[in-house]
Amino acid sequence: MPSSNIQLDDNGKLRHFLSIEGLNREILNEILDTAESFTSVADRTIKKVPILRGKTVANLFFEASTRTRSTFELAEQRLSADILSLNVDTSATVKGESLLDTLQNLEAMQIDMFVIRHQDSGSAYFFAQHVRPGVSVLNAGDGQHEHPTQAMLDMYTIRHYKQDFSSLRVAIVGDILHSRVARSQIHALNLLNTGEVRVIAPRTLLPVDTESLGVSVYEDLEKGLDGVDVIIMLRLQKERMRGALLPSEKEYFRKFGLSQERLRLAKPDAIVMHPGPANRGVEIESSVMDGAQSVILQQVSFGISVRMAVMSMIVGQSGLQSGADA
Amino acid sequence: MSLPSVEALVEKLTQALTPCFSSPESQPVIVGIETGGVWIAEQLRQRLAPGAELGRLNISFYRDDFTRKGLHPTVKPSSLPTDIDDRTIILVDDVLQSGRTVRAAMNEIFDYGRPKKIVLAILIDRGEREIPVQADFVGATLQLDSASHIKLEGPDPLKLVTKSLENHAE
Repeated sequence: MPSSNIQLDDNGKLRHFLSIEGLNREILNEILDTAESFTSVADRTIKKVPILRGKTVANLFFEASTRTRSTFELAEQRLSADILSLNVDTSATVKGESLLDTLQNLEAMQIDMFVIRHQDSGSAYFFAQHVRPGVSVLNAGDGQHEHPTQAMLDMYTIRHYKQDFSSLRVAIVGDILHSRVARSQIHALNLLNTGEVRVIAPRTLLPVDTESLGVSVYEDLEKGLDGVDVIIMLRLQKERMRGALLPSEKEYFRKFGLSQERLRLAKPDAIVMHPGPANRGVEIESSVMDGAQSVILQQVSFGISVRMAVMSMIVGQSGLQSGADA
Repeated sequence: MSLPSVEALVEKLTQALTPCFSSPESQPVIVGIETGGVWIAEQLRQRLAPGAELGRLNISFYRDDFTRKGLHPTVKPSSLPTDIDDRTIILVDDVLQSGRTVRAAMNEIFDYGRPKKIVLAILIDRGEREIPVQADFVGATLQLDSASHIKLEGPDPLKLVTKSLENHAE
């Protein structure tokens, strides 16, 4: 059946990875299961498997990134890809080249897969619509739209510590308005049948239609944290703030920062997550970040396996190449 | 056609492999290829080295037809129980045909370390090699016409079955 969703091929398998919205539970579970089988690769003498051998992956970061970019690069290298990483904000686009020209020039270098981070929402879709057949695009964060691999590594982390989603209460706290991570997480949590998804934020940092995403909204952190199993703190995106959305950082911490004291309102075995980079003392107290319930560094490690899983599913299923039978 | 009993073939392989276990200070590591090879490897382990742990290889990351077949996340990931450097590995699979699976398995083994020696034990050798790979220990050699498919079903009971590929959609 032909699919109108450009992320999927005619057989419903992944061809691009652009957003969680538009995917289904089977694909999300397949990503999580596949990621699990990749975790053991990191324990070997040779931390590499040959799945992307001979393929070239270009990492185009139009926006700064440390964790996402380095874990993508490691994932690609552990799959044996040849990689090309460009900081585009310091290169040709600054000289006035259009996005499409950049893309076409790179395609002329026989790139098989693009990993793209861009400040404009929808840019990954734009790329996917314009690449040649057989070339795939992965979204590493587009504007305020989605950051699907981050959401999947978060789902992997939750499943690793908590197993069954249907009995969980998950709270996402902070700057929902500017957060592509939150948007992807909410779609993923809903697709995986999470018991309850709460978003906790001041009204000024909530999108107007938040309730329509199928979440419960809390403007009071202490009420929102009551009895939750998972707390996902979001970074206060100071660089995206336009206008007076907040009184001050100090005031924000006083009302929405995660302190030891507030953490006690959640279940005793609740885990604390953060996509990074974290502002210590703004959205999260230092001692919580380094505390026993924090799984923030584990999220980073899981990110490598999850990114390996997505890339190998794209190569293995839609078939970047086609050949005769063996 | 009548197929041999798995029990008898495992017994034959056990006899043939017994001398490999004669030296108590350097015991070989038994490694099966998922899924059928692991079942046979487990039978051999129980008979030859009941105290040892089994290694298992899921070679889907190493297949030369990966881009067409993809991954099977339902198959367990690879795990080798010990450091394999300077050890003898008894690599076990159910059916040997093209030899491509064995090649992929050996590529994977070398990503875990440098074994002293690898020997190949196979339940059924049905010929039709596409690359120069031969087994050191064979349960039985069968001549089948290339349109039929032989498969080990299990794990309990273990049983060999044949299917004709003409009415077998894969």
